[in-house]
Amino acid sequence: MSTTPTEQKLDVAPPYNAVARHGVSPEPSHDEIARFDFLANFNKFLSGALGPGNKLAYDRRVLPAFLKEHGREPQDRFEIRRAMNKDPFHKFWSALKRNSMEMRQQNGRSMVLRQIDELNARARQFNEGRDTLELNPEIDVPRYQSAVDIHCMPGSYHGEELPGDVSAGANYDCGIFATTAGGLGALSDGGGQALVEWIKKERPGWEPRRVLDIGTTVGHNIVPLALAFPNTEFIAIDTAAPILRYAHARAQSLGATNITFIQANAEDLSRWDDGTFDWVQTTMFLHETSGKALPRIIAEGYRVLADGGLMFHLEQPEYSDAMPLYEQFIRDWDAFNNNEPFWSSMHALDMKTVMVEAGFDRAELFESGVRAVVDTDIFPEAATGDDEDHGRAAYWHAYGAWKNSDQMQHAAE
Amino acid sequence: MAEENFDWMAAANKKAKGKRPEYFDDPEDERMLSILMAVVGEVSVLRERMDTVERLLEAKGSINRADIESYTPDKQAAYERGAMIREYIYRVMRGPHQMVQELEQSEPPVEEVSRELKEI
Repeated sequence: MSTTPTEQKLDVAPPYNAVARHGVSPEPSHDEIARFDFLANFNKFLSGALGPGNKLAYDRRVLPAFLKEHGREPQDRFEIRRAMNKDPFHKFWSALKRNSMEMRQQNGRSMVLRQIDELNARARQFNEGRDTLELNPEIDVPRYQSAVDIHCMPGSYHGEELPGDVSAGANYDCGIFATTAGGLGALSDGGGQALVEWIKKERPGWEPRRVLDIGTTVGHNIVPLALAFPNTEFIAIDTAAPILRYAHARAQSLGATNITFIQANAEDLSRWDDGTFDWVQTTMFLHETSGKALPRIIAEGYRVLADGGLMFHLEQPEYSDAMPLYEQFIRDWDAFNNNEPFWSSMHALDMKTVMVEAGFDRAELFESGVRAVVDTDIFPEAATGDDEDHGRAAYWHAYGAWKNSDQMQHAAE
Repeated sequence: MAEENFDWMAAANKKAKGKRPEYFDDPEDERMLSILMAVVGEVSVLRERMDTVERLLEAKGSINRADIESYTPDKQAAYERGAMIREYIYRVMRGPHQMVQELEQSEPPVEEVSRELKEI
């Protein structure tokens, strides 16, 4: 049954006004809100209305031309990318999308930086004299964090405009709304909310003693867990001090006082003994590491995980042989166009093998799909399928394992 | 305190480290599109501000700038404003949107049609 235009419910992004404020949120002006409103809807347009043009261009022109020239199908996603990068539609779409990313950074930074004194002062109120924030200046910024500014975020996670400032965190936090068109909810914590929902279903009544969150950035995904498990001790680590200052202040203002934020590199967790944690996790972090760092992080995570404990990593889906090469190519867009240089190699990794090499038994591993949990009255559920905004869809692939769960079960029997 | 010489407007424009991909044959086109897209965004901002003023005037008769800054749309107004932005985006993005339709249809050149009509 068709509906008249006035009866139709259009798919529009929620307004930036609906984003919840916390103790270190920048105060947006009317026009700053309107800038993010534009970008949120523009990103929806880019993925929804224009996005399908990429596949059409591939099927109708790029692939036939490739077959004619080479006499064979493309061998990998890189060959597809090189061919697509010459296609007028894909070039234009990519240029628009790159501009949208750059505008998001400029818009976020201008909002944050004009009020940076006020934000720094508010962060200091939450941070000064607290033993739940531990900054260690001897921690170096690893090459995989400094080679380029990840997601075209000027200064990356570790940049400071003024000594000791929180602008990196504030800018990162405020603009997630625009790039995901509100898909991560009021506090951009739909991932953390999903973790809470997942674990309550998976292990009703389970209460971990101690949880380690690796690559926590602004703590989006750990605060909901900390609030759900108030008696649990949470350790959240990151190599970047500016993002941790912001994360700590944000968590404190939201009442998550059971998280200690520590500047540390997960490749070396030697300050923690074997079996310290009941849960070790990353959320959308491993693709921001490197070929050698990733297995070291997983191995260290395995070591500090107690028997019966949970290792859990949320990422975008891996490029298995079953995934069509075109899909691998389009999912790779961020790697080369949005400064995610390890993204492509990471998603081609067989994470299960990495976890087995770290010490897990293959039988202990599991995979799962996790969709962002948001207030669907206001915020949209993550689109997957044709409308999916690859790289940003709030629908993740989880790689998990319960350490020595078989042995534990046998011992109990 | 921010130092006297901290120019936040300049700082907001900082370039991200990492070589920018080139999408067009002429590098000037990269710059032109970036300016054009910024203006496209700012026109949307002006429209939203105008909508705020209209709604406030309708409700209150007279307003000041603080009213504009603190305006929060209710659910219906938020939807209407989202629809307004969507309509605006479809209008300005007609060109690239029609590229998708062109790909769907793969039409013959009009010259060809012209030759055909001459004969029928």
